[in-house]
Amino acid sequence: MLWDRLQFAFTVTYHYLFPQLTMGLALIIVFMKWRYLRTNNDKWNRAARFWARIFAINFAVGVVTGIPMEFQFGTNWAGFSNFAGGVIGQTLAMEGVFAFFLESSLLGLFLFGEKKLGRRGHFAVAAGLCAGSWLSGYFIIATNAFMQHPVGYAVGANGTLQLASFWQFVLNPWAVWEYAHNMSASVITAATVVASVGALWKLIGKYHEESSLFLRVGVITALVASVLQIFPTGDQNGKLVADYQPTALAALEGVFKSGSMAPLAIIGQPNVKEQTLENPIVVPGMLSFLAYGSFNATVKGLDAFPQENWPDNIPLLYYAYHIMVGLGTLILALMAISALLIYLKRLEKTRTVLWLLMLAFPFPYIATTAGWLTTELGRQPWIVYNLLKTTAAASPMVNTGDVVFTTIGFVGLYFVIGVVFLYLVGREIARGPVYAEGKD
Amino acid sequence: MMQPLWYSLLTAMLIVYVVLDGFDFGAGIVYGFVAKSDADRRQVLSAVGPVWDGNEVWLLAAGGTLFFAFPRAYAAGFSGFYMPLIILLWLLILRGLSIELRSHEPYKLWYEFWDWTFRFASILIVIILGAAFGNIVRGVPLNADGYFAIPLFTNMLIHPSIGILDYYTVVAGLFALAVLALHGALFLVWKADGPVRERSIALAKRLWWIVIALAAVTFALTPTVRPEFFAPLVARVWPLLLLVISLAGLFYIPPALKGANDIRPFLGSIVFIAGILASMAGTLFPDLIVSTTNPSYNLTAYTASASMYGLQVGLVWWIIGMILVVVYFTFVYRNLSGKVSAQTKGE
Repeated sequence: MLWDRLQFAFTVTYHYLFPQLTMGLALIIVFMKWRYLRTNNDKWNRAARFWARIFAINFAVGVVTGIPMEFQFGTNWAGFSNFAGGVIGQTLAMEGVFAFFLESSLLGLFLFGEKKLGRRGHFAVAAGLCAGSWLSGYFIIATNAFMQHPVGYAVGANGTLQLASFWQFVLNPWAVWEYAHNMSASVITAATVVASVGALWKLIGKYHEESSLFLRVGVITALVASVLQIFPTGDQNGKLVADYQPTALAALEGVFKSGSMAPLAIIGQPNVKEQTLENPIVVPGMLSFLAYGSFNATVKGLDAFPQENWPDNIPLLYYAYHIMVGLGTLILALMAISALLIYLKRLEKTRTVLWLLMLAFPFPYIATTAGWLTTELGRQPWIVYNLLKTTAAASPMVNTGDVVFTTIGFVGLYFVIGVVFLYLVGREIARGPVYAEGKD
Repeated sequence: MMQPLWYSLLTAMLIVYVVLDGFDFGAGIVYGFVAKSDADRRQVLSAVGPVWDGNEVWLLAAGGTLFFAFPRAYAAGFSGFYMPLIILLWLLILRGLSIELRSHEPYKLWYEFWDWTFRFASILIVIILGAAFGNIVRGVPLNADGYFAIPLFTNMLIHPSIGILDYYTVVAGLFALAVLALHGALFLVWKADGPVRERSIALAKRLWWIVIALAAVTFALTPTVRPEFFAPLVARVWPLLLLVISLAGLFYIPPALKGANDIRPFLGSIVFIAGILASMAGTLFPDLIVSTTNPSYNLTAYTASASMYGLQVGLVWWIIGMILVVVYFTFVYRNLSGKVSAQTKGE
């Protein structure tokens, strides 16, 4: 069970490093193609072509690391699949039928069909590809949302979950807000990467026109998405957690004792044994206000719930949440400063900020990973909230030794893929924006 | 009513998967034999490069359909075949990367590495897929809770002990290897020109005899693992009819190879593969996973299915989805019509 969790956590976290860039970058590429169509200025098309090269490598790794995910529900989590397959199988199958077919059909045309399709056709294909990747995101989030907040189901005769209302299940309010939060995060990742490459080229004094364009598009997109990340999407997700997963809220904020005027911990280390938050720096009453809209609202602490229903890794959950919020805030601040400098036409001369932008690209990845850790650890000890415990979800007949072996195998294989990926992307960034045309 | 329908739709999706990704795998199996120079190899990869990903989606879509329509069978089958499925995943990863990444660097060592990866992964994937079909025909030790565990291999003797790889499933795996090698060679007869096409024709002629031989051995061995397997084939007539159509496709290949139209032998192979799989499904119905311990433990379309409501809702979006898929595939394959010439650059 522990190894099943480790394996899934590893493969899904690793996999998601790629789609988050795919989805955000697809939107940015569509924007660039649209500007090219409108302005007829070739620099937009050159920029779109450069990012399409990165996109191709990133997409390939996303596809190949994504295949195991759908299999692992059955291989490692047969108890869960048997219990909830009648419901969540729907969205997983729909992801294949509606999103993957669309994406895979359009990718080749997008990458190699620019001449054949013409300007409008190529823009349309890019838009379709973007729609496919965003659709895929929705189906998978709707699946996750059912695990967080099950709706639209009935319990069948043999105790398994069966679909009762398709629309209730697909339009789960949790899914809608989780999706919005996830997609704006994905845009932040891609925009930060775009700005970061722009900053790198600017700092080494190469590709003047492209680097200025990347900086402007990246910074402004990331700023807008960072604001949306906090309000309304982050705020709404917080309220859903407060309403439907109060144990998760208590654990991720480090609230052990119930009470009104609940403080918001900025820093502190949870001590689960003593049930206290050590060395805390807090904003009094803020948690009550954020969760329930009033400083006097009572926030239930972990002491209000039986210990067997507490999330099973409170310190990691607490830190994951604080890292997500902390990095999200830092990215917002950096992008706000950079946007101000762009407005003052001084960003390109302010090397300190360019350095910060160049080095900032890992932070959105860390923040999204921490965000997913928060979501998944907060749901524990349940795999389907209040309906099935994670302990009952693993495959009953699979030997742990097999899972250890395959986990080691995945780590080894993915390590090699990571090295190849970084090498190829590094090469593309070093080759610069006009390399592809030289190759033709 | 809904269960037989979904059983058929699932079979259809799997057949489309085997036919489409089968030629990608087949191209990988015969790659080293028909493509000698770098230009030859780029020609083969240009034929499968734009379509392999879309073809592989059929596996994901079929897996998803099994998951939502027959969750019990999905849970039992995927956890029972734990180790070979994970190994299959690793190989699918390597196969995809080898096609996608080979053209990214212009070095001989880089090409060689991905060429070997492509061949190795394609061959092993097909043997595993063939063995998987062998396991489905033979049955697995399902228990009363609807789960099973099974050793990865046995001593390969004709012996009551069974494994994922035993004498029967290994023969089934080799049969699949021959069938898809032929399929891949005939795909290249259709899509390639020049020396790759010539070599593919010569290889296909030899592979055809190997397919005949291994088909005979596999059929002959089937009653030794499952004596009653062929009974429904005769009793139901239409699986037998499908088998006859399938064999007609197989026997159409040699004369078609002599003809002038390069797509015809490949069409023969499609009929052969689709026919044999459809006939097998028609024989197995309503069983999804057969128990070797007790026939009452069998997971069937009726005992493993999701609720009626789920199956009905699924049908609505499935039909809409499939109409879209037909549109995409028509669009893509029309865009890629004609031969991939050795002169055109790899991309």
